[in-house]
Amino acid sequence: MHFSRRCLLGLEDLTAEEIEEILQTAVPCKEIIQREVKKLPTLRGWTVATLFYEPSTRTRNSFELAAKWLGADTVNVTVATSSVQKGENFIDTAKTIEALGADFIILRHSMAGAPWLLARTVDCRIINAGDGAHEHPTQALLDLFTLKEKFSSLAGLKVVIVGDIMHSRVAKSDIYGLLKLGAKVRVTGPPSLIPPGIEELGVEVITDLREAVRDVDVINVLRIQLERQKKGLFPSLREYARLYGINREILKLAPEDAVIMHPGPANLGVEITEEAAVDPRSVITTQVTNGVAVRMALLYLMSGGGKSDELLS
Amino acid sequence: MNYCLKGGRLIDPAAGRDCTVDILVVDGKINRVGPSLAEEAAAAGCEIIDASPYVVMPGLIDLHVHLREPGEEEKETIASGTRAAVKGGFTSVVAMPNTKPPADNGSVLAYVRAKAAEVKAARVYPVGNITKGGEGLELAEMGDLVANGAVAFSDDGRSVMNSELARNAFRYGQLFGKPFLLHCEDENLSAGGQMHEGFTSTRLGLKGYPSVAETAMVARDLLLAEETGARIHIQHVSSGRSLDLIREAKKRGVKVTAEVTPHHLILTDEDVADYYTTTKVNPPLRTKEDREALRKGLLDGTIDLIATDHAPHTREEKNQEFGRAPFGMTGLETALGLILTEFYHTGFLSLAKIVDLLSLSPARLLGVPGGTLAEGSPADLILVDPDREWEVKEEEFASKSGNSPFVGWKLKGKAVATMVGGEWVYKEF
Repeated sequence: MHFSRRCLLGLEDLTAEEIEEILQTAVPCKEIIQREVKKLPTLRGWTVATLFYEPSTRTRNSFELAAKWLGADTVNVTVATSSVQKGENFIDTAKTIEALGADFIILRHSMAGAPWLLARTVDCRIINAGDGAHEHPTQALLDLFTLKEKFSSLAGLKVVIVGDIMHSRVAKSDIYGLLKLGAKVRVTGPPSLIPPGIEELGVEVITDLREAVRDVDVINVLRIQLERQKKGLFPSLREYARLYGINREILKLAPEDAVIMHPGPANLGVEITEEAAVDPRSVITTQVTNGVAVRMALLYLMSGGGKSDELLS
Repeated sequence: MNYCLKGGRLIDPAAGRDCTVDILVVDGKINRVGPSLAEEAAAAGCEIIDASPYVVMPGLIDLHVHLREPGEEEKETIASGTRAAVKGGFTSVVAMPNTKPPADNGSVLAYVRAKAAEVKAARVYPVGNITKGGEGLELAEMGDLVANGAVAFSDDGRSVMNSELARNAFRYGQLFGKPFLLHCEDENLSAGGQMHEGFTSTRLGLKGYPSVAETAMVARDLLLAEETGARIHIQHVSSGRSLDLIREAKKRGVKVTAEVTPHHLILTDEDVADYYTTTKVNPPLRTKEDREALRKGLLDGTIDLIATDHAPHTREEKNQEFGRAPFGMTGLETALGLILTEFYHTGFLSLAKIVDLLSLSPARLLGVPGGTLAEGSPADLILVDPDREWEVKEEEFASKSGNSPFVGWKLKGKAVATMVGGEWVYKEF
């Protein structure tokens, strides 16, 4: 089979084979980005537009670099959330970008489901770069890629995702991807931040962090946002750090070779200490590099590119 | 014009009738009901209508409609809304007060009634606000509202969150003998909620609106009604747990009635698939278990009636991000077809029970004429072809809006003619 979707809206409806193909294609892409001269002519003449309704450093730049290194032209549209609230029309903006000649729209939006609306509105290729608390499929793909580099196979791997599961699109996409590739997934976090029915996705819930990290291969730490505290979902960042922060003591409870991940940007000293973030077991910076490789692979496949070995030749 | 409806099957539970009869309509009223009236009627100059292919029912009465006028005429007007009503078999609609400006004073009610009188379609019974602006801060002038034709009080769309003010409203309002139609929602528990809180909201990443946001407010309102003796009606019950509380309260003698919408009886939260905003409604579509409980509530009498909560919105408003789209769906033109398809043709409800739920019970609740075709009643009636197969098409709606999740559904059964006060206001033949 060959990955040939027009839209990547989420990992929920991808097959394991499709995910594997993206990850395999990312291997030569990573090779390319480690070269001194990175630019390929593969997507010359293509235009990749990023449409971001939320601030983002790494995801947007990662997509932009991926597109540029494949030879595409890029255009960045950043819309402050405030102007959305003033009534800026999402559909109009999307149609305008399409009319300008974009072949891809990379969408980041604060509202879940926005990429579905976009897919019903325009004909160009769409990649979801994060929609509300729903999915962030390329983050999960880069997480999977990073783990495959580390472990070669994810079958039977034990992964714990720590933190604000309720509002995390990363958690959900990671859960879908990891389960499809055979890993076992556990989530942990304050009970008020565990969304209802999450077990039905096939994950285990353990709210005691100390118990949750004891036998895992991977600790994936989520960013906690202060605004959740303001809504009364937990008392303070101080108490959060004390109960759910990843630090030296917690790492002592985990297996010695457990890998530490974080989608970034990290609140150092809150969900993870600086010490833990730079621990030799941390792959946080590798994740960033791999993000570009995975996004190159996706752009290549979705533009109708052939097999991954053709990419290098 | 006087008419004789010849040979239709009359379903009139209030009069204890389910039989094939002729119905004589004279001067806007039901003059006689009986066998073989046609010959005499023809001689007296009545137009004879062959009703033999049809079921004749009292006109339906929708206790929960948003006509949007004044103020949001791009969504619906009194004219378009009442035409949608008669096309769907409703001869009377109860207009919710959350217009712009809201019906919190007599002049808005007078305007609505005057506008409705200009249109030859459904009767309009306006509701006045409980609080000024529907904002839950100060009582509206209930006496002024009643003097201008309010049939009930409601802040529909919101609850009176301040329990002391709600209690005062229930006490003061007894002066007028009108029921309170209550939208039950604890706005702190529902804040930001987009759909039912549960597995599907987790899966879709949409903020949940938990069942308890409704149930907690139902509990409060039942307690306040019990204490004050007020007559309350719980609108659009969506959760099984709310229904349990209403059932218990009825047993204790609390003066409470309850309604359910066709969409809560038919759809569930799982229908909010792929973020189609036509399924975004308040209260939200709930679980299969809730839907089952609501259906049981129809049979055991905990639910007194079916109302549509017809809530038109423009295409522009609905065709945006799920989180930005307004709550609500239209219902006037699909309700009867849906109920017949899903509940009559499946054997779950009899035609008599359907007339009770959609006509008799709302008429009794409001104390208005209708709900029966007994001799002397106003000639508000519909001819229904229970076996007519049709598809719900957006372009065929008489409503100005088409925000219905049932567009594209194939239904069996519809009203083919509607008479209000002895005049045909809708007729397909």
